[in-house]
Amino acid sequence: MKARVHVTLKSGVLDPQGEAVRHALGSLGFAGVGEVRLGKVIELDIDASDAAQARVQVDAMCKALLANTVIENYEVEIA
Amino acid sequence: MTLRAGVVVFPGSNCDRDLAVALRAAGAEVTAVWHKDTSLPDGLDLVALPGGFSFGDYLRCGAIAARAPIMRAVAAFAARGGAVLGICNGFQILIEAGLLPGALMRNGGLKFVCAEAALQVMTSDSPFTRLYGPLETIRYPIAHHDGAYVADEQTLARLRGEDRVAFRYVANPNGSAGAIAGILSENRRVLGLMPHPERAVDPVHGGTDGERLFAGLAAHALADALSA
Repeated sequence: MKARVHVTLKSGVLDPQGEAVRHALGSLGFAGVGEVRLGKVIELDIDASDAAQARVQVDAMCKALLANTVIENYEVEIA
Repeated sequence: MTLRAGVVVFPGSNCDRDLAVALRAAGAEVTAVWHKDTSLPDGLDLVALPGGFSFGDYLRCGAIAARAPIMRAVAAFAARGGAVLGICNGFQILIEAGLLPGALMRNGGLKFVCAEAALQVMTSDSPFTRLYGPLETIRYPIAHHDGAYVADEQTLARLRGEDRVAFRYVANPNGSAGAIAGILSENRRVLGLMPHPERAVDPVHGGTDGERLFAGLAAHALADALSA
């Protein structure tokens, strides 16, 4: 089963990399770009019998390692 | 009583030898501990996590190392009141392991910063800072890309209120909240800091302000032995 985890910075956590990307977009002539925030996508191939079980497993993985919940939020997609 | 220290080595650690040299110069007996070990050598007074780029900084700095087999033993050692020191990547590992609060993020200026930093010692009340005067200004080198300390307001207020900010930058080089360079655990026996005291223990380093951190730990081990 395929799972996809989106890890994003919590709102309120400054993202200096996003700021740098925003400036670079501006200097390329893309106008009207507001806030830019960078995150990560983690794709996993996991052994699970159904989507619900997969979700439970991946949620545990996020809490244990994949996301730092002090500064990051995560969303799990099961395909 | 000699200070008995274990320096944990992870794949990608690169300050472990410098740290051992600094500890030995303060009179410590030093054992290297491999990250895959599941227990620490008996009778340690200090576990030290060195700087470097453990596991290539993959996922997040210190994230993989914090889940290495040895870290369960390190957490148990800290829970028993053992002294634990994390420098630079070692600080990131302690944070990722949940032994210290907050997070360390990409430097505000986005650049790797390699410089000598003036620091203010905010408390003398710890085994690490006991030989420094409160509010004394000292200099340690810094060399990191991900050293911006971040925590919520409540955590920051708590760290300040409990006198657990050990070091602050005089000129904030990385966008750390409250210019925090190093923090202590609740029992004051765990210190994490981004600057490198082990790179300031010999006149050829350009300064020796780091010596007193290691000498303080040696004095602490002696005091503990005398009171035991």
